[in-house]
Amino acid sequence: MSQSIAIARETLLDTPGLDETQLERVMDRLLSRQVDSADIFFQYGRLESWVLEDGIIKEGSHSIEQGAGLRAISGEKTGFAYTDSLELSRLLDAASAARAIARAGQHGARSIPARAAPAALYAPINPLDSLGEVQKLDLMRRTDGAARAADPRVQQVIVSLVAAHDVVLVMDNSGQISGDVRPLVRMNVQVIVEHNGKREQGSAGGGARQALDFFLHDDRALGYAREAVRQALVNLEAVAAPAGMLPVVLGPGWPGVLLHEAVGHGLEGDFNRKGTSAFSGRIGEKVASELCTVVDDGTIPGRRGSLTVDDEGTPSGNNILIEKGVLKGYMQDKMNANLMGVAPTGNGRRESYAHLPMPRMTNTYMLPGQHKPEEIIASVKHGLYAVNFGGGQVDITSGKFVFSANEAYLIENGRVTRPVKGATLIGNGPEVMTRISMVGDDLALDSGVGTCGKEGQSVPVGVGQPTLKIDQLTVGGTAA
Amino acid sequence: MKQAEQITRLEQVVEDLLLEARRQGADAAEAGVSAQTGLSVTVRLGETETIEHTSDNGLGITVYFGHRKGSANTTDLRPEAIRESVAAACRIARYTSEDPAAGLADAELMARDVPDLDLYHPWELGVDEAASIALACEDAARNFDPRISNSEGATLYTQRSSFIYGNSHGFVGGYPTTRHSLSCAVIAQDGEDMQRDYWYDSGRLPGELADPASIGRTAAERTLARLNGRRFGTRECPVLFRADIAPSLLRSLFGAIRGHAVYRKSTFLLDQVGAQIFPDWVTISEDPLRPRGQASAPFDNEGVATRYRELVSGGVLQGYLLDSYAARKLGMQSTASAGGVRNASIGSSGQSFEELLRTMGRGVLVTELMGQGTNMVTGDYSRGAAGFWVEGGEIRYPIEEITVAGNLADMYRQLVAVGTDSDIPGSIRTGSWLFERMTVGGD
Repeated sequence: MSQSIAIARETLLDTPGLDETQLERVMDRLLSRQVDSADIFFQYGRLESWVLEDGIIKEGSHSIEQGAGLRAISGEKTGFAYTDSLELSRLLDAASAARAIARAGQHGARSIPARAAPAALYAPINPLDSLGEVQKLDLMRRTDGAARAADPRVQQVIVSLVAAHDVVLVMDNSGQISGDVRPLVRMNVQVIVEHNGKREQGSAGGGARQALDFFLHDDRALGYAREAVRQALVNLEAVAAPAGMLPVVLGPGWPGVLLHEAVGHGLEGDFNRKGTSAFSGRIGEKVASELCTVVDDGTIPGRRGSLTVDDEGTPSGNNILIEKGVLKGYMQDKMNANLMGVAPTGNGRRESYAHLPMPRMTNTYMLPGQHKPEEIIASVKHGLYAVNFGGGQVDITSGKFVFSANEAYLIENGRVTRPVKGATLIGNGPEVMTRISMVGDDLALDSGVGTCGKEGQSVPVGVGQPTLKIDQLTVGGTAA
Repeated sequence: MKQAEQITRLEQVVEDLLLEARRQGADAAEAGVSAQTGLSVTVRLGETETIEHTSDNGLGITVYFGHRKGSANTTDLRPEAIRESVAAACRIARYTSEDPAAGLADAELMARDVPDLDLYHPWELGVDEAASIALACEDAARNFDPRISNSEGATLYTQRSSFIYGNSHGFVGGYPTTRHSLSCAVIAQDGEDMQRDYWYDSGRLPGELADPASIGRTAAERTLARLNGRRFGTRECPVLFRADIAPSLLRSLFGAIRGHAVYRKSTFLLDQVGAQIFPDWVTISEDPLRPRGQASAPFDNEGVATRYRELVSGGVLQGYLLDSYAARKLGMQSTASAGGVRNASIGSSGQSFEELLRTMGRGVLVTELMGQGTNMVTGDYSRGAAGFWVEGGEIRYPIEEITVAGNLADMYRQLVAVGTDSDIPGSIRTGSWLFERMTVGGD
């Protein structure tokens, strides 16, 4: 038994006083109708956050999230109930409520052969205790100092530090128990700069499934401070962004939010099972230029989007979504995989015990190509070079997606020239992917800051890409 | 009555919490506790798809040791979790800094009596009945037109909540609320073109919800209207934001006048109280005490009594949205805004939607906004959009994959008209907004 599962069992079964016989009683209750499959998901979550503002430690907060979610599936139907109490009687009540989705009768739940637990992708630590309070606050103060020291135009600095400790345990209808201990740390620096009455903002940060000393290594925290100030100062000089169709070069790393929006969501199994995605029924078809190979990889050790096992107990995978432009597969949870007759891919995720799992991304990125980033920029006569982004959004049915640049430059005659103000870029996913005409050799993943929202549920994710060029994309500036 | 018992139980939890905080050495404390149960039933393609029984508890406590504070919250209300939370908040307060602005809201601002705003109207609804209402909604959408080819389903959601807030001024207040909603999303297809849209209604009373079939038909109409959208050339032209997306323009305003954004100087509306930020016919108000209102509350998240207030009158900004912290930072008084604006509305300039189209003549009607794209420090605004091309005051054809861009401070100042078409779901009341000129990005 892996250390993670041992910790999960101790935290979520032994401590509240549950044993496997009792769990089987709850599972029997869930399965006592014509239920195809069922699971019980236990969660113990602790989160601590600190905020520095005006040079002082202004806020600190501690959160407890704890409970169990019970799900019964019958065909395309799902019954779900949850409880914040892990007492047997409450679990049995929730099981009765969840199974009501299925008609009375003998249960037909299929047993899935047991599998070995995969090797953990992160240490089963509690990051809240991974650094003393004095050290945490000292780290924040030094980061504040670095931002203020970076430039006299810095007026306001807000530093946040978050550590989360999530222990999950899931029992499926074959009786198999999977568990995971998931540390997650996140730091962010936001600055306001002012010069000649003009104000601008910049922000930078990072995170990982590691201990808090992650931020002490490689000068990370101080690097976020300097990066936030640099961005804000660039934007202070920015002129109006162009409006209309232009060639767009996207920098490496976080601009990979392009892939998350343009193709990622559209390749989630639930939309494709229901036929509501612009990518539905297109496996084997060319959906991107042949320079594009896109993967969703939950197996990178220590990354924010990584998972040793997903929230249904399936080991995460390195799944090829698009290979040389051809659509290879969708991201699946158990229910949608089963209904589509394919294997689950380790993408069944949920925000918490109080939410139903669904197919979600982990770390989504494009593999590197042949070109040097300089060659890519040099190939553009008049276009946009966008290196930093805020969030994005997609309409998976029409394929329309947006993502908002917050650091971008004009490219004039093959050279990066003036910074331009933030602007939203809009395109059609399947169309834009076919217009990718150059892919760099400089694949980078983001610094560990992504959070993805779907149907009201937030989960941590990663993105990445090399520098790449899109021949034509609509840029939403004001300079028509 | 069960709800009354629950309120009494939660009041006890709050009082125990405040006592425990005092016992652990805090000089002052405040706590909020909520308990919510609900039923969500989704039908899709004529069959029940998901039955979800929701049950969410939440407790938050903030303790003050002089001017140092610590907070904790938990979804687990067992005594051991509560003790752990209070201890965590007290431990945190040992490490936070002295902050003269930190503390409870002033005692004299506490709501003296808590008026009954008629917010509790539970719906005794079984799963089968809920499913049949959702089915009627989805059926109406699917049967509306043969081009409605698929569905994401219809969802009926009903919830009841109880909420109690108390602090060491001796204030303890709380009340039960209900909320019911019915939504429907469908897919239309015409050749290769596939479009999705939705519609919904929500309210405190079950009987206030629009007829299920009319919600379904509206979802279908909105989806069909998007079919065969055209690309569009980049230009500057007038832009009309349809009423159902106009609330986002008000939310941006509220973000810009939030006290926290003001003291951080992270707003494009810095030092604008008393300044003309809209044309002189514009009045924007909040009405937290409106009976049955979807965002009504007799006191804010710090116990401060709420009241009707004009945020903008005669186009002039009247004040900021202040909780006690931001108020102290700015040397002002709380405006009972902890937790946000409640039941906001903007007065119309008198034209119907059709009159606005005629006034615009030639321009873009925006019916969907995508992405964030708002820089709150500078007011620079750039959003993805879809809508319709209007010419001769009439809607000509759908357009898609466009952007609309401008600067919010300029947009607010140059607002041409707000329509009378304010019959939209949700807590914000507004008609459609007409702007004289924005940059529309396309081909």
